[in-house]
Amino acid sequence: MYGWLWRHLPGSTPVRVAILVVLAAAVLAACFTWLFPAIAPLMPFNDTTVGAR
Amino acid sequence: MTVPARAGAPRHGRPVRRTSTGSVALAGLGVVGELLVTAGVLLLAFLVWQLWWTDVEGNRAQAEIVRNLDWAQAPTAAPSAAPTPGAAGTGAGGTRATGAPVIAAPRRGEEPPVAAEPDVRTTFATLQVPRWDGEPERPVSEGVDKATVLDALGIGHYPGTAMPGAIGNFAMAGHRTTYAKPFNRVAELQVGDPIVIRTASTWYVYRVTSTEIVKPQDIAVIAPVPGKPGVDPTERAITLTTCHPIFSARERFIVHGVLDYWAPVSSGVPVEIAGGA
Repeated sequence: MYGWLWRHLPGSTPVRVAILVVLAAAVLAACFTWLFPAIAPLMPFNDTTVGAR
Repeated sequence: MTVPARAGAPRHGRPVRRTSTGSVALAGLGVVGELLVTAGVLLLAFLVWQLWWTDVEGNRAQAEIVRNLDWAQAPTAAPSAAPTPGAAGTGAGGTRATGAPVIAAPRRGEEPPVAAEPDVRTTFATLQVPRWDGEPERPVSEGVDKATVLDALGIGHYPGTAMPGAIGNFAMAGHRTTYAKPFNRVAELQVGDPIVIRTASTWYVYRVTSTEIVKPQDIAVIAPVPGKPGVDPTERAITLTTCHPIFSARERFIVHGVLDYWAPVSSGVPVEIAGGA
């Protein structure tokens, strides 16, 4: 998977590394912004009220 | 730009273009491994987000809420002994550089003013606990829905329970971990510790009377008389609920208290928070 990605990236090794870093940062940012807030309510360690649910 | 060699000179020690079932299975296994490693990294990232980033965002958002409340400052000791109410509205912050806070005289005999219950998600009070030295003033908002109040606004007030100062039980919920964790240090509270609630016009100073650990379904703790549902209240109680053990939701940590005194904000600052504020 990552080997395939590496072989299909353009440019020299430093350029490829830079592209991968940017890609990883984008994936992480998307997770922090959308994915994690969406799945957080399903986690079992955040309930603080009595009687709810 | 280099196109992978089609034959001969295999890259990465693997013959390209040889598709026996064995090599397909191996490649599939490699992809599964990479997916598992990716899942592990994402799980770690989720923990970082939940345990650290929600605190960063929550502290920022809750400080902003308190800042935006735009309530009148308590008077500070000006050269003239008599407090000038007119000065508070105009030059906010201008006179508070040197003046020490005026200590509000406790009022115990008179009825405290009690506000009407506001709409859900309205921030109507703040909470300060001197025992939690270093913690900021936290907003208290109406409602205990997790997504819209407790995660977003901080401490929530159980709808239908008493308002600050009223006879009954002023009950609140707050996170003990994550989302700025306003009740993180709840276990440090000791009997007699002050809990200072401020509304737009009034200070309410409660004192801790007991703490307990209960099951999540034990709603008697927020009854008008804590622990005795159905009994008519005569005291002005306060209750904090949060999760227990820390990082779990198996039980609830409960703090009960009663009103010690109240004071108008225009008369000064409660002595309990005068030192740090």
